Amino acid sequence: MKQHVVAAVAGVIFALGLGLSGMTNPDKILGFLDATGRWDPSLLLVMVGAIGVHLGPAQWALRARRPLLADDFERPLQTTVDGALVSGAVLFGIGWGAVGYCPGPALVDLVAPSGSLLIFVGAMVVGTALYRYGRRLRLAAGHAKPIEPGAAT
Amino acid sequence: MLAALLGGAMIGLSASILLVVDGRVAGISGIVGGLVEPRPGAVGWRVAFLGGLFVGAALLAWGLPSTVAPRGSSLPIPWVALSGLLVGFGTQLGSGCTSGHGVCGLSRLSTRSLVAVCAFMGTAAVTTFLLRHVLQVTR
Repeated sequence: MKQHVVAAVAGVIFALGLGLSGMTNPDKILGFLDATGRWDPSLLLVMVGAIGVHLGPAQWALRARRPLLADDFERPLQTTVDGALVSGAVLFGIGWGAVGYCPGPALVDLVAPSGSLLIFVGAMVVGTALYRYGRRLRLAAGHAKPIEPGAAT
Repeated sequence: MLAALLGGAMIGLSASILLVVDGRVAGISGIVGGLVEPRPGAVGWRVAFLGGLFVGAALLAWGLPSTVAPRGSSLPIPWVALSGLLVGFGTQLGSGCTSGHGVCGLSRLSTRSLVAVCAFMGTAAVTTFLLRHVLQVTR
C-alpha cells in the first residue's frame, strides 16, 4: 500500500514537472525539434534538469541491494544494442516529430483534450497493444525470444 | 528557461522517488505497456502512478491552465492516427520513450538508452523538418 502511495506522489510530481517545463505544449516540442527555424533550446534544459537530479539516485540504485520499500529493483533484461531498439526508436521518432507528443505529455494533456489528441492517444494505445499481443502470438508460434520487454532499456 | 530547468528537475525528482523507494522505472511507455498487457503484481503501482499523473494534470489545469490548454494539430487526422500508432508500437519495440530512455536510461549511463535517444531525437528532427519545410503539411 505504501508503495502505491509513493508511486502516486511520484506521478503527481511527474505531471507538474512536465507542465512547468513546457513538455505538455506540442508546439514548443516541434519548435525544439525544428532546428532550422527559431530554434527553442529550452527542452534541452528539461533534460539537463531531469538527469542532473536523477543521475545520483540512478547510480545508487545500480549498486544498492534493494529499494527502500520494495523487494527488488526493476532491472533492464536486455543489455545489447540490437535492431529492435534502433528500429523502435526510429518509429517512435517519426510519430513524435510529426505531432510533437511523446507518451507522458500526451496523457497529461488528456485533462483538456483536443480532438486530435484523443485520436493520437487512442492510436498510441492500439499501437502498444499491437506490439504486445503481436509479440505474444509470435512467442506462442516459437518465432520470438522469450524476453520480457522492460519498462526502459 | 528557468521553468524548463525547474520542471526538468521535478521530473528527475519523480523518477528518483519511484526508483529509490519502489525500485521501479518512471518510463511512461513501459507503464502503459504493463497495463495494456497486465501481469500479476505489476499493475497496482502503474495504476497508482498514472492516477497521480492525472491528479497532477488536474492541478495544472487549475493553477497553470495555459500549460495544458487544448492544442489541435495542423496535421491531417489520418496522419495523427498514424503518428499515435508509431509512438505506441515504436516505444514498445524500442523498450522506452523520452522518459524511460531519455531520463532514466541516460542517468544510468546505459549505452542502449544513449543509442535510442540519438535515434529518436534524430528521426524526430528530420520528420519535423520534412513535414514543415519540404512537404509543408504542418505549420
